[in-house]
Amino acid sequence: MIRLLALLCLALAAASLAIGPVDLASVWARDPELARTLFVELRLPRTGLALAIGAGLGGAGAATQALLRNPLASPDVLGPSTGAALGAVLAGYFLGAGVIGMAAGGIMGALAALLLLLGLAGFGAGPAAGSTRLVLAGVAVATLLGVAINLALSLAPSPFALYDLMIWLMGSLADRTLPQLLIAAPLIALGLALLVRAAPALDALALGEEVAQSLGVATAGLNRHIIIAVALATGAGVAVAGSIAFVGLVVPHLVRPFTGHRPGAAIVPAAIAGAALLLAADIAVRLLPLDLRLGVLTALIGAPFFLSLILRGR
Amino acid sequence: MLEAITLARPPMLEPVSLALPPGTVTGVIGPNGAGKTTLLKALAGLSRGPGSVLIDGEPLTPHPRRLAWLPASRDAVWPMTAATLVALGLGPGAAPDAQAVAAALAACDAAPLADRPVNQLSTGERARVLLARALVARPAWLLLDEPIANLDPGHRLDVMALLAAEAQRGAGVVLALHDLDLAARCDRLLLIHKARLVADGTPADVLQERHLAGIFGVTRAANGWQRAANAPLGD
Repeated sequence: MIRLLALLCLALAAASLAIGPVDLASVWARDPELARTLFVELRLPRTGLALAIGAGLGGAGAATQALLRNPLASPDVLGPSTGAALGAVLAGYFLGAGVIGMAAGGIMGALAALLLLLGLAGFGAGPAAGSTRLVLAGVAVATLLGVAINLALSLAPSPFALYDLMIWLMGSLADRTLPQLLIAAPLIALGLALLVRAAPALDALALGEEVAQSLGVATAGLNRHIIIAVALATGAGVAVAGSIAFVGLVVPHLVRPFTGHRPGAAIVPAAIAGAALLLAADIAVRLLPLDLRLGVLTALIGAPFFLSLILRGR
Repeated sequence: MLEAITLARPPMLEPVSLALPPGTVTGVIGPNGAGKTTLLKALAGLSRGPGSVLIDGEPLTPHPRRLAWLPASRDAVWPMTAATLVALGLGPGAAPDAQAVAAALAACDAAPLADRPVNQLSTGERARVLLARALVARPAWLLLDEPIANLDPGHRLDVMALLAAEAQRGAGVVLALHDLDLAARCDRLLLIHKARLVADGTPADVLQERHLAGIFGVTRAANGWQRAANAPLGD
């Protein structure tokens, strides 16, 4: 299945590189240098970011659901994406930083959210610090940071800044640059690598925290490991593209039946499927006549799916 | 030998020292809330507190082949098949071993359930699959919290026989249970009452009227167990 998904991903990536407001082939005929610039400066970052961010969201979603042993969890529950959004907003609009500064601010924000979460959940307090406490702490952090974003919005220096801020928060891959890709992709890859390393432990966690401990999984260390990896895999993406909802929640459900419902084994296929989904959504955004934002489109697809999950599970 | 040295989890468990030899089935009995689970979890190294647990003189470190813990909960979050769930008992990152999985399922009379999603099984069926998960790595020590609680009478007897067979091959088995008739089949019984070990010996020694009437509020009559008159409930 992984091979099939990877092929789908490649095909979508090729389509993503080919699709745009101008036909690259005809530009190439007239001005090869311009075509090269268009390709490297616009198409490549956009496709690369869709791949990287989709993979990060899908993999982080699978890992979060495995860690919390809850199929309705998503990386947003742990707060790093909200932290990244806040960090990017603060850097971009109050410190006047450019796109690179916003990305750096986003990553700092994700890490700050992470530290807050680790502090609140009180790791090292013993094996009793379980996943329930983690969820509660995560919800508290995400809510607090969400309110901080609203505060930042209301304090926006000008109506134009407010407008830009709102649009950015909706999530988009339009007009992203190569440096943004070069900042985000390695961080996301690092986060995913950490998640893949923890996959066997996450499989064992399916048996419950106590049983996982009895099998040799250090559950407190695993919590820390996954939170850091999820912050990297999702925070870096949010920092350059804004919030992209529901990919992390939905994608693991699509792939888990094909991995025997082993929650750790779903991480790699979820990452590939996440990349494919985000590439497809980003292509759809460009082809649709409406001026839909990517984050809006993924939420429009994701929310009904989420509802059907809840209704089926009842 | 599994040794507990002044193991305590106050207020749920007062200090207790034990030496459990391998090759025996030790039953832990006591009223609800007496501290059976607390004792088992402490023996399995799953709770922090005073005292220490040694296996063959070495401090206990978790490993699938060293010690298996079966909690009383029968929950299963993910709809994986019974065979997939049992295979997880081999430990994180262990090589797949379909033979061991099939053998463990068969030992628990759960072979026909192998390909069924565990969330679609009855509680008793799932209990057998979860027991197979605990057995699959052939651990030296089996610490089982109420492994027969959800089983029908036939399967209860099967599981007691299976645990005796595990002890025969050299494993140390410690299980919590409530069925006093089946408790008589253990090699040794620990009676826990109000966080204290109040009796430790052969079933014949422990299953005495003076213990059972005072602690459980039951007496043995010609037609089976009876609620004792003036049963000191929970006291």
